[in-house]
Amino acid sequence: MKHGSRVGSRIALILKYIVCIFLAILSIFPFWIMVMNSTRSTPEIQQSSLALLPSTHLLDNFKVYEGKSFNPLIGFKNSIIISAGATILGIYFSALTAYALVAYQWRLRQPFFTFIMAVLMIPAQVSGIGFYQFMYRIGWTNSFFPLILPAIAAPAMVFFMRQYLLGALSIDIVNSARIDGASEFYTFNRIVLPIMKPALATQAIFAFVGNWNNLFMPMILLTDKNYYTMPIMVSLLRGDIYKTEFGAIYLGLTLTVLPLFIVYFTLSKYIIAGVALGGVKE
Amino acid sequence: MGQKKIKSVSYAKYGYLFSLPFVIAFLVFTAYPIFYTAVIGFTDLKGMGKTDFKFLPNPFQNFEQVLKNPSFKQALYNTTVIWTINFIPQLLLALLLTAWFTNERQKIKGQGAFKVLFYMPNIITAATIAILFSSLFGYPKGPVNDLAMMLGFTDEPIQFLRDKWTARGIISFIQFWMWYGQTMIVFIAGVLGINPALFEAAEIDGANSRQIFFHITLPGLRTIMLYTLVTSLIGGMQMFDIPKLFLNGGPDNATLTVSVFIYNQAFSGSYLYNRAAAASMILFVIIAILSGILFYILRDKDAAQLRKEMRQYRRAQRAARRAEA
Repeated sequence: MKHGSRVGSRIALILKYIVCIFLAILSIFPFWIMVMNSTRSTPEIQQSSLALLPSTHLLDNFKVYEGKSFNPLIGFKNSIIISAGATILGIYFSALTAYALVAYQWRLRQPFFTFIMAVLMIPAQVSGIGFYQFMYRIGWTNSFFPLILPAIAAPAMVFFMRQYLLGALSIDIVNSARIDGASEFYTFNRIVLPIMKPALATQAIFAFVGNWNNLFMPMILLTDKNYYTMPIMVSLLRGDIYKTEFGAIYLGLTLTVLPLFIVYFTLSKYIIAGVALGGVKE
Repeated sequence: MGQKKIKSVSYAKYGYLFSLPFVIAFLVFTAYPIFYTAVIGFTDLKGMGKTDFKFLPNPFQNFEQVLKNPSFKQALYNTTVIWTINFIPQLLLALLLTAWFTNERQKIKGQGAFKVLFYMPNIITAATIAILFSSLFGYPKGPVNDLAMMLGFTDEPIQFLRDKWTARGIISFIQFWMWYGQTMIVFIAGVLGINPALFEAAEIDGANSRQIFFHITLPGLRTIMLYTLVTSLIGGMQMFDIPKLFLNGGPDNATLTVSVFIYNQAFSGSYLYNRAAAASMILFVIIAILSGILFYILRDKDAAQLRKEMRQYRRAQRAARRAEA
């Protein structure tokens, strides 16, 4: 009996590993096919689109983009500008707002926090039409400002940073800075921001990736090819001119994913920890 | 507590000052656009590049037309169906993996690597994933078709993307595949937040893994599961990138979601900004209701209780003073 249950638990463990390995393969496999096919010529792909090893047509696939609207370099540059700008503004002003909520006693503090919780999840789709009309009127379509400046008000980020500050900030440090004659703004920049570094780093990663991947707003606002972001560039690959250029489609997809893979696998430890933190609201 | 309050009173203005950038940015880039969208919903604003509008004689005309529009009804239906087909297996798989990964008696090695791989699809650009999957399910040649024929499931290539339910199923699968890792990581963090003494006590009482999971782990995760449900539902209502780029709402509107409907109304065909704005407001109401539920879950229970008690205490004090007088 005892022996039987030990064998049973052995089988259960093997089963668990099989499921986990299957899921891991399921995560990798589509991207693997994508990367491999990006090095293969269209005839090769048409013969068999399932290859586990690379071929030699990477450069030929690159040449397909010549003179066409899909331009990964421009997309990359624009996405970097928008994502970096929005991330920096987002984490700085969210930290500042969180500090205002934690360090000071003011009459509207609680109502303001309640308000932030209430608007935590308003999506861009809800304000998109008005936002577009507003930007069109002031001539800000085909500009990066409407994609960067709204990051100053990021309710979810403020919420997260407030939770972090509540645990990490000791009011004594702030008070001793005051005694030393530091201004409030100086105290925030030189003393509080360094304390918040772990929270800033986590939020920066998610903000950057979120902005990098954003499609809805850029697609509404940007009509000039020179302003296209990476996801809009990707959406061009669905167009008819690439219909028969399978290798080039896969290569384009690979180029958009490559920077994300690099970021993800270098920072995965922090990202996983950040995901776990985001879920525990305590 | 009282001393701290007196000390920081003179600093109160910094609370306002440091919140000001947030408030201004919020008013300009979120509040005003929402208000503007609501206004447009009552007007005749349509046509590419138009910005001037008149209010309609029947202000609710756009709303009535959207609610009667079969495509909008279809979009609401699709959004709900696609979300449900993705969420139920996502929840179940995440719970199963959580049970395995937190089982102290039978440790799984390489958990860190598994977590990294399970979560990976979540950070990849959804636009890229949508087009990647439409290539993978290509017809007559495509990796999935090749695989199916190689394994002998079919002799003829299958036109996956022509069938309504297959198309919806694939989008649900993509959503499931992108999100179960995140849900799992959140759940595992939730289990680590449960008082370890509970597990120890159960262990001492001789409970088996299954009993521990159903009687301690699962009840302990209730709030986090509810939170996941609501955030996923709110996220699901906004589903845009994948249905838009996978099949642009097709075949035959089978994967048209509410957000894709709004986008297509406003930025293609006859540029019906007013109709799209009305649909946005309907979406806003739905999300507001869901956010209300989330707000209720997330509210600081202890703080709310404390405030209530403080109010009662003050009321009692006032009553006492009045009685004295």
